[in-house]
Amino acid sequence: MLLPAVIITIIFRYVPIGGLSVAFMDYQTVFSFFEQEWVGWDNFTYIFNLPGFSNVLWNTFFIAVMKIIGNLIVPVAFALLLNEVRHRLFKQSVQTLLYLPHFLSWVALAGVLVDILSPSSGIVNNVLGFFGVNPIFFLGNPDIFPYTLVMTDVWKEFGWGTIIYLAAITTIDPTQYEAAVIDGAGRWKQTLHVTLPALAPVIILLTVLGIGNVLQAGFDQVYNLYSPQVYSTGDIIDTLVYRIGVVDVQFGPAAAIGFFKSVVSFLLIVTGYKLAHRWAGYRVF
Amino acid sequence: MFNFIILTFVAFLCLLPILNLVAVSFSSRSVVEANQVGLWPKGFNISAYEFIFSNSQFFKSLWVTVQRTVLGLLVELSLTILVAYPLSKSNKIFRLRSFYVWFFMVTMVFHGGLIPTYLVVNELHLVNSIWALILPEAIVMFNVLLMLNFFRAIPRELEEAALMDGAGWFVTLTRVYLPLSLPSLATITLFVLVRHWNSWFDGLIYMNMPDQYPLMTYLQTMVLNLDLSQLSSTMLANNPSMLEITGRSLRAAMILACTLPILLAYPFLQRFFVKGMLLGSVKG
Repeated sequence: MLLPAVIITIIFRYVPIGGLSVAFMDYQTVFSFFEQEWVGWDNFTYIFNLPGFSNVLWNTFFIAVMKIIGNLIVPVAFALLLNEVRHRLFKQSVQTLLYLPHFLSWVALAGVLVDILSPSSGIVNNVLGFFGVNPIFFLGNPDIFPYTLVMTDVWKEFGWGTIIYLAAITTIDPTQYEAAVIDGAGRWKQTLHVTLPALAPVIILLTVLGIGNVLQAGFDQVYNLYSPQVYSTGDIIDTLVYRIGVVDVQFGPAAAIGFFKSVVSFLLIVTGYKLAHRWAGYRVF
Repeated sequence: MFNFIILTFVAFLCLLPILNLVAVSFSSRSVVEANQVGLWPKGFNISAYEFIFSNSQFFKSLWVTVQRTVLGLLVELSLTILVAYPLSKSNKIFRLRSFYVWFFMVTMVFHGGLIPTYLVVNELHLVNSIWALILPEAIVMFNVLLMLNFFRAIPRELEEAALMDGAGWFVTLTRVYLPLSLPSLATITLFVLVRHWNSWFDGLIYMNMPDQYPLMTYLQTMVLNLDLSQLSSTMLANNPSMLEITGRSLRAAMILACTLPILLAYPFLQRFFVKGMLLGSVKG
């Protein structure tokens, strides 16, 4: 029963892991894989000496961590708000609208964002202008670009993120609320002392599992929104790999960066799983 | 009340960009250029859409996307079920379970990355084939876990009864488990459909001819890489209706045309995925 999946997994998951040996080759596309020249750690020396490589690492880390934090706090807040809504139709319509951006691809959303964030004609700057704010170059100013990335990512995903917290809230024993009411707690106190503590394990679990994502700054989003003028703060590992590997066809150095990322991610993910197991008793299978 | 205002405000924050896009796509050139379009079209016309639908590339790409979505769904759904079912059994029943769990776990924590995966697809001569868009991502462990947890929640007695009656594992899966798993099958179906519809990067690297680009790749190359103001000026000569279109309207219309199926479908499917997510993740 497992055979077809095992074959596909070996071909498209395990063989590429072996293929990371490209990182140690001077890969020339005119020769086949087995005719390449081995160059040891040369590709790694090359990439670590690239000007701006440490910058790219920092950008990746910074953007990814900000996203993890934002995508944790905002969904919890909105799950709590939604949970207080008694009107079913209103609740459902709000949820439908909040889920909307999650279902659109970054390609389409990037098109939308480029349009609405444009400093000259975008609706966002028009509204800000109404309040007397000077036009902001959300996508063109390197100081602002990383925050634009984080905000738009949170905007896209927070609605979807509420699902898991709303689910966790429904599992809370109603007698806890009854007890709180008898003790004189209002709605706000109930949220603070019953709902939030009950959500704590889920929040901790998702944070800890999020550790594995600190090098995932979101290729689809960054690639579709960035431009050379914001490379200094917006270029991330994945976009660099794309430019070196696919645009410049330097397979060796690109694979070396990929190799580096895979190893670091692996260590982080394993750490995350270990912590999740220890603190929340979480097991993947 | 505070609640109500905040939620309404934020819900509109999610909807407004799309409304603005719709308005721009239907508005006339002069209004768009004067930057007067809000949430309602001004100078209503459909020339941007006429232009898109007069381009045969749009329909070619649509066809590629439909193909990859349907084939991808069939392949992925079968594989997910075939992996999740044996792994949902206990170690006692399925002796090699631990081995296979590790086998699939490794793929969750360690990746070959872009270049080696591309080389594999290239060596298999899958470049320019629709299978390059389907096979490399054919097993998503998240979906396997969802399915697996759902299978686990089904009472074991049902399976024991079927086995007692002489049904094999395969028959038990198709006759007992699958009919009971419709909510989670629906959820995974949705995830797969949306992912395939929205994928663009694999089309960009695995397809050499723009003819074979899936819809999102086509959208990506059109909307973000081409300067539409130049494009329209060269096409003006042989297409007078272009006079009414700006690059902005065209881009807006293109984005909407490419995402319309998803915009229309997801609200109706919402109850399925929310339910499926709950059953699959919380009980696990």
